[in-house]
Amino acid sequence: MPGKLKVKIVAGRHLPVMDRASDLTDAFVEVKFGNTTFKTDVYLKSLNPQWNSEWFKFEVDDEDLQDEPLQITVLDHDTYSANDAIGKVYIDIDPLLYSEAATVISGWFPIYDTIHGIRGEINVVVKVDLFNDLNRFRQSSCGVKFFCTTSIPKCYRAVIIHGFVEELVVNEDPEYQWIDRIRTPRASNEARQRLISLMSGELQRKIGLKVLEMRGNAVVGYLQCFDLEGESGLVVRAIGTACTLDKLSSPAAFLPACNSPSKEMKEIPFNEDPNPNTHSSGPSTPLKNQTYSFSPSKSYSRQSSSSDTDLSLTPKTGMGSGSAGKEGGPFKALLRQQTQSALEQREFPFFTLTAFPPGFLVHVGGVVSARSVKLLDRIHNPDEPETRDAWWAEIRQEIKSHAKALGCHAVVGYSESTSICEEVCILSASGTAAVLNPRFLQDGTVEGCLEQRLEENLPAGCGFCHIPYDELNMPFPAHLTYCYNCRKQKVPDVLFTTIDLPTDATVIGKGCLIQARLCRLKKKAQAEANATAISNLLPFMEYEVHTQLMNKLKLKGMNALFGLRIQITVGENMLMGLASATGVYLAALPTPGGIQIAGKTPNDGSYEQHISHMQKKINDTIAKNKELYEITPPEISEEIIGSPIPEPRQRSRLLRSQSESSDEVTELDLSHGKKDAFVLEIDDTDAMEDVHSLLTDVPPPSGFYSCNTEIMPGINNWTSEIQMFTSVRVIRLSSLNLTNQALNKNFNDLCENLLKSLYFKLRSMIPCCLCHVNFTVSLPEDELIQVTVTAVAITFDKNQALQTTKIHVEKSLQRASTDNEELLQFPLELCSDSLPSHPFPPAKEHLESASSNSGIPAAQRAASVDYSSFADRCSGWIELIKLKAQTIRRGSMKTTVTVEKASPMGEGNFRNRSAPPCANSTVGVVKMTPLSFIPGAKITKYLGIINMFFIRETTSLREEGGVSGFLHAFIAEVFAMVRAHVAALGGNAVVSYIMKQCVFMENPNKNQAQCLINVSGDAVVFVRESELEVVSTQQPTANCQPSCTGGEVTT
Amino acid sequence: MTSELDIFVGNTTLIDEDVYRLWLDGYSVSDAVALRVRSGILEQTGATAAVLQSDTMDHYRTFHMLERLLHAPPKLLHQLIFQIPPSRQALLIERYYAFDEAFVREVLGKKLSKGTKKDLDDISTKTGITLKSCRRQFDNFKRVFKVVEEMRGSLVDNIQQHFLLSDRLARDYAAIVFFANNRFETGKKKLQYLSFGDFAFCAELMIQNWTLGAVGEAPTDPDSQVDDMDMDLDKEFLQDLKELKVLVADKDLLDLHKSLVCTALRGKLGVFSEMEANFKNLSRGLVNVAAKLTHNKDVRDLFVDLVEKFVEPCRSDHWPLSDVRLFLNQYSASVHSLDGFRHQALWDRYMGTLHGCLLRLYHD
Repeated sequence: MPGKLKVKIVAGRHLPVMDRASDLTDAFVEVKFGNTTFKTDVYLKSLNPQWNSEWFKFEVDDEDLQDEPLQITVLDHDTYSANDAIGKVYIDIDPLLYSEAATVISGWFPIYDTIHGIRGEINVVVKVDLFNDLNRFRQSSCGVKFFCTTSIPKCYRAVIIHGFVEELVVNEDPEYQWIDRIRTPRASNEARQRLISLMSGELQRKIGLKVLEMRGNAVVGYLQCFDLEGESGLVVRAIGTACTLDKLSSPAAFLPACNSPSKEMKEIPFNEDPNPNTHSSGPSTPLKNQTYSFSPSKSYSRQSSSSDTDLSLTPKTGMGSGSAGKEGGPFKALLRQQTQSALEQREFPFFTLTAFPPGFLVHVGGVVSARSVKLLDRIHNPDEPETRDAWWAEIRQEIKSHAKALGCHAVVGYSESTSICEEVCILSASGTAAVLNPRFLQDGTVEGCLEQRLEENLPAGCGFCHIPYDELNMPFPAHLTYCYNCRKQKVPDVLFTTIDLPTDATVIGKGCLIQARLCRLKKKAQAEANATAISNLLPFMEYEVHTQLMNKLKLKGMNALFGLRIQITVGENMLMGLASATGVYLAALPTPGGIQIAGKTPNDGSYEQHISHMQKKINDTIAKNKELYEITPPEISEEIIGSPIPEPRQRSRLLRSQSESSDEVTELDLSHGKKDAFVLEIDDTDAMEDVHSLLTDVPPPSGFYSCNTEIMPGINNWTSEIQMFTSVRVIRLSSLNLTNQALNKNFNDLCENLLKSLYFKLRSMIPCCLCHVNFTVSLPEDELIQVTVTAVAITFDKNQALQTTKIHVEKSLQRASTDNEELLQFPLELCSDSLPSHPFPPAKEHLESASSNSGIPAAQRAASVDYSSFADRCSGWIELIKLKAQTIRRGSMKTTVTVEKASPMGEGNFRNRSAPPCANSTVGVVKMTPLSFIPGAKITKYLGIINMFFIRETTSLREEGGVSGFLHAFIAEVFAMVRAHVAALGGNAVVSYIMKQCVFMENPNKNQAQCLINVSGDAVVFVRESELEVVSTQQPTANCQPSCTGGEVTT
Repeated sequence: MTSELDIFVGNTTLIDEDVYRLWLDGYSVSDAVALRVRSGILEQTGATAAVLQSDTMDHYRTFHMLERLLHAPPKLLHQLIFQIPPSRQALLIERYYAFDEAFVREVLGKKLSKGTKKDLDDISTKTGITLKSCRRQFDNFKRVFKVVEEMRGSLVDNIQQHFLLSDRLARDYAAIVFFANNRFETGKKKLQYLSFGDFAFCAELMIQNWTLGAVGEAPTDPDSQVDDMDMDLDKEFLQDLKELKVLVADKDLLDLHKSLVCTALRGKLGVFSEMEANFKNLSRGLVNVAAKLTHNKDVRDLFVDLVEKFVEPCRSDHWPLSDVRLFLNQYSASVHSLDGFRHQALWDRYMGTLHGCLLRLYHD
């Protein structure tokens, strides 16, 4: 009996009138968990009952605690007939099961009825007492933290990133059971809601078990989806990335209950311990224990600080860096070997993360994706969901082999999705092939990256662009050039990825949302024939989507896509493809060539004229876009990146022209564009249409930017004003003579108009950026197209927006030079063998930890190897060596810059510890955002995952304002319920919010409609940075005290 | 291609003030779109008419959903469905309960019943205010009336507490409720020159001095169950007012009163001779108004009577406002010097209020 759940029903308010005669309600409450039910007294004749019940206690297994939701039903007592249900509240108690999250759930919850919507509110208090469980074979995984966020959560540090975890459970859909014919819609909806709640609880528990097996303590980038397969059942599946996380800083001042992060822990970042291997090899620290002992970090830190002897990894590293200096190729091979060894024990080296600790991502190969069309069959035995498992395994295998073909051993930014229409199901998976730093995967600490970067001897910001595959044996045709940033390694001409833009990437100008939209008609067919038809269409769709993306990217004058998400939706008589991504200009990649139009019949004069007219239009658009997105010629960019001080700049030029003169010519050519220009042949109407559609995309009105990634490249001073929204549109196609062209136009207009509407609606927020714009397409019926968009609008400081790139350049130059002046204090150290990087990041920020910095030797070694290898190559050319030193300096300068960027966070952590609970200041307001952060604020605590599923049905559609009124109200209600749950957990925001499903069905003739919505996110507590600063100035000396006490508590 | 469904839901509910105004003014979506187009918004933002249509629809839907909550403003504050910043909530409420001067003049003093509601068509045609807007305003009056009708305590406080209105708007509503309850006639032709503000001013004075609440405010015994409603006139007081009749019925008293006033005002009044000639008529008029207030019918005609018996005669003699003030001051004060008159307190309670009202009512 490892847990006791305690529930108290306090009061209700705004209840609906249930007794017409008295205009009042006699309400009471049923509290149900598992098979146990308690009831409150009936509170007679009131719409605002005060039950103030006793504590209802449920003694349950922790397995049940994880699976079951707490079910609270509010009823109207009726002496003579059956009691009428007013509504229900489902509370997921999972957040109470791990020590660092919420300790109590207490607050007003909307009472929800699937037919009537929200009907009043109920005040509930929920607590859980967990007992330590020593059972080795237990089935629960309490204590494993779940995060929807697809990066390492802000107040944690990744000790190890273990890798991919997945699970799926299946069941019969209650909607399709025989009993559904005789029960009420309400009963059916509730059965479904409850079942899905149960299934997701079970799924989470099973995933948790896998994580514990891997010796992790958290799942990051947790993505759970439902497949409503209709007759054949209900599938709930989830993927995520298992990690071992450490809390970075303890806001102990106001969170005494949360004592896990200790002083030692905090030091880990600066202890460059090359071998925390101990804890994966050391069975002395059973992780299971950890999750319960409230001090998971203690053991790690102890070991890491004591065991600095076992350097099993170091030799490898040395070798790797040695060869890296000589030539990229061998190094890559070696790195690959290392990574391979780190990854080979994994079945699927996949990561659902889209943003990574610095240094984790070494190279990016490109997007890998796989789709497969399946015919659904009835799931006969829910306990053995083998078919579905096998389907996904197949797809993942394919992804893995694609990645391998790209010379990569891992896939990052990985996601899976399905599209179902009747009995046909398209399974899709996509990700970005990448080469990762092996240290993170096994036992390295995040700080290993520093070392790695030095080993690699590459200026940050371009390393990930360098091709991981073999130049001579390329998996696909691509134009390779030397990196425009470091001039050492090869880069492709364009780069497509599914991940967020790495924070250290050098970008020129701003980014923008790029979408490819495509429809293809398909004949209605049954079963096999249908599946075959779809399978045949898919490759063409993929190809066309890709071409469209490429064209649009070039039209924007950009050379890379981030956050690429291609969605293929299947309907009765058509297939839809929608790809969204954020285009940017990466400084490391070559300038994209223009788009050239070639006609088929060059002899025709008027045709020729037409062509040249089009060509001019396209060229104008490119020029206009370059201006709009502030994409300046790369010459300037070189200066930004390459030369912080005037004098060395000249030298570096000299170096380039001598050592890499052969490339110079081609580079020049490329920048002029013509040679590399993308040729569009207008040989049929299709291509004509393509060109037209290229030009019809209207740029957002001035003051607006949009992207589908976390942050907008080129904008960084966000203000705190955010507005998250969901917009849904459904259009009906006129069924007469539908052609592909007409379809495409309709779909294109739908998306463009939707965007225009958003810009108009949010005009009061200008200057602003729509971030994380997420489009979802579905085809609910024959002639209906539904597009759902969720995004967040964030305002930013106008002054910065108005700054031209020139100022930008000057600024960065200034900053660079000041940084350099600082750096110049160590020129001798640079030339001699000692370490250039050591004094900067750690010492500057955390002097107290520098004294105990045992990681210096490792970093030193790395730097020296690097340097000497270069010296070898240049065979004593002193000036070049000096220059090299400069490059190292530049490299380290870069590090300083990134550390600077990160430093507010670090400082924030310090301040944080002395910060009082500030939750009161924002009572009531709960922010929601699809991003993993809140601008202008610091997330101090993660309270747990929010994963909610609602069904709403109506039989009086007209009376509720038609389909729009119905759905508008429902989405508003869903937001309200999410906010209420977060507030009850003590949080004031949801980050990484996502509406995973919005299935809308209507039957206007019957005046009926039904909608299913599934949302998830991470409940957090945030504190405004301004508030933090106030606190920190008040108590400047209180910095490290709480952490010390924290340490004491844990020992 | 037709749009079947088109919605936008923000975590913070977007409120467009301009659209809200159009909605409150009762315009249909298409009219509102047309008006917005005319305002030049398309040129400013570069949007299309379709975008405007969709935006307007969205806002209208939101307002429609909010309307239920606006009927009980405290609900708007506590509800969880719409996240609206407090300043915006206040704006929503204040604007929703705001009314048109032209409309309120039409229904002021009328019974807030279904019968009156049927006349809203005519009012709409007459005032040019859309029927929808008329209905909203009428329903607001009625709703506030219903809620505060049976309540104890200050009328303004009650309204403020239950409808979260600004002080100014709550006072206006108090006047409307007071007028509706006492059914004062305000629609007669000769009263047309009076604004809502004039009546509201009078209402406030009357609430302060002539209602049960006015006497209940200084109770000697706090436990006494004084029916301290602000809405009803103090019946006892109205009964007592008959006693004032002696001021005009007793010829000696009337002459004495006149001589006192004339002596005091001689040389100070520009219209002295007219005043002297009219004194008995004016005094008779004012006192008779008081004496008649026992009858409900006459209470309703209070303002008609005041205008007929006092305002109009003075105006026809072209009294300047300053002279009216001097006269009324002296007229009220000199009663204290009438030795044979015993109802000084009663007189003050009556005349104190009337004094203020008459000055307000005296204009063109």
